[in-house]
Amino acid sequence: MEDQAAIRVDGLTKYFGNLPAVDHIRFDVRAGEIFGFLGPNGAGKTTTIRMLCGLLKPSDGKAHVAGFDIQKEIVEVKGRIGVVPEISNLYDELTSLENLIFMCQLYGVSKGQRRKRAEALLQLFRLEGKRDALFSSLSKGMKRSLTIAAALVHEPPLIFLDEPTSGLDVVSARNLRTIIKHLHQQGTTIFLTTHNIEEANNLCHRIAIIVKGRIIVNDAPEALKRLVQGEFTVEIGVQDPDLPGLTGWIEEMDGVEEVKRNQNRFIVRFSGRPPWESFLPSLHKRGVVVTSVNTLQPTLEDAFVKITGLDKEIMMMEKEGKKG
Amino acid sequence: MISKELKAVYFIGLKDVQSYYFKPPNISWGIIFPLAMTLAFYLRNPRGMIDLIPGLLGMTILFGSTSMEAVVITFERRLGSFERLLLAPVSLEGVLAGKILGGAFFGFVVSSAMLIVSLFFFSFPRFNLFFLIPSLILSALAFSALGAFVSVAVKEVFEAQTLANLFRFPMIFLSGVFIPIESLPKPVQIISYLLPLTYSVELLRNSLLSSHTSIPFWISLLILIAFSSFFYLASVRVLKKRLGWGYA
Repeated sequence: MEDQAAIRVDGLTKYFGNLPAVDHIRFDVRAGEIFGFLGPNGAGKTTTIRMLCGLLKPSDGKAHVAGFDIQKEIVEVKGRIGVVPEISNLYDELTSLENLIFMCQLYGVSKGQRRKRAEALLQLFRLEGKRDALFSSLSKGMKRSLTIAAALVHEPPLIFLDEPTSGLDVVSARNLRTIIKHLHQQGTTIFLTTHNIEEANNLCHRIAIIVKGRIIVNDAPEALKRLVQGEFTVEIGVQDPDLPGLTGWIEEMDGVEEVKRNQNRFIVRFSGRPPWESFLPSLHKRGVVVTSVNTLQPTLEDAFVKITGLDKEIMMMEKEGKKG
Repeated sequence: MISKELKAVYFIGLKDVQSYYFKPPNISWGIIFPLAMTLAFYLRNPRGMIDLIPGLLGMTILFGSTSMEAVVITFERRLGSFERLLLAPVSLEGVLAGKILGGAFFGFVVSSAMLIVSLFFFSFPRFNLFFLIPSLILSALAFSALGAFVSVAVKEVFEAQTLANLFRFPMIFLSGVFIPIESLPKPVQIISYLLPLTYSVELLRNSLLSSHTSIPFWISLLILIAFSSFFYLASVRVLKKRLGWGYA
């Protein structure tokens, strides 16, 4: 054991051909924290996880996971981590119970404990009714839950969750988030990648954002939100949103950076504090009846969009793509 | 640590036996095909059948051991479940050893079953269990390792099946199963001595029929050990390269 950091990454790099998929990244994950790893598709999230779990050999750099060198002591690393890959990949030919027992066997859980451990996990994930069902016959959400359960059979102090709620229905996703919080309360360190920024905001103590293989920022969600606090976003409701030229009038006003229509409301982003003394009278003068004005707090998504340079609509498309 | 690794090897093999072997497609290739060949030769020449038994046994081990082994890794890699084994605290060498163990076990079981059935019909002039059991085990290990090599060498399941047949069918005709090697043209005989089935058949002939075989028992045994090791180490090397774990 080198130190008590759950993960210590120093200059980790992975090239595919001449392309750097992960480019000299550095970060630490403290023992017991939930660490979010965010980034657009193809940013290097999964490649990073695969290197840390021993599935890919780094091209350069060092990393210690659970105190062990990933290049020299990978079997020790694997015995101390649980990994939930993006794709639920247990054995179709085995039942839920058989899959968990096989995982217990692989991870060296003692014979007397295997069945108990498997049954307890089936209960935790509300899969008792499916204990004798083949993995192939389970729903997508159940497969996901069982894959996560399989990563916990040996009670690892550190788990990697790669897009754990991707493709899950609302209830299953909420249930899973409750389980993640429960694991954290028990002292498990969690390394989480997700496209769901709200999920990262609610669960993570710290978040690193990776873009094109490089970590752009690594901080607490609140600190990341402060990065966009200088910008003000206001939601304005109007009586007749279809008034000809209305969007253009708003765009031309002082301090307005961006205008987006959302049903009968307009989301207006200002570069600084909105000039209310001129803004509302100017609309009134053009015959626009303003019915409501709400100031929107900056969200982690705003921070993510600003940091990554990704347009919100592209992000939504990415999310939808993932769900499909 | 070693005991943990050995246990994992055993459980990987056991899981494969439970989930893949003794399933319909495997039974057709691993059991029915050699049985059909045996029946065909029996009907043609019932008297000379006893001389064919070692060759047919060798062929049964070949098809039994490679029937699933030749596709299992490709199949699991396609589905993503092979990654579960790579994530476990087991070395890649251990994972492959487990896979080979599963195939070898199936090959050993089906050939043993065939041998037991043949004991009801034939009286073998030299039935030496001390020679026979290592011959069956080693043949099963060599062919299962060959299957693993085929399985890691390709990307798609259909490619694995094609490649496996490319190895298996010529071996049947060149390894002395039906036609004695001595009666083959000299250049073809050279190829025969490069094939593992030749040594498996020699071992079985030595254990069941006569101690006077063209290749001494211990030589055949050592050559099969060399084939097993070669296919195993080559599989590890190819798989590491495919996974991007070095040896590039």
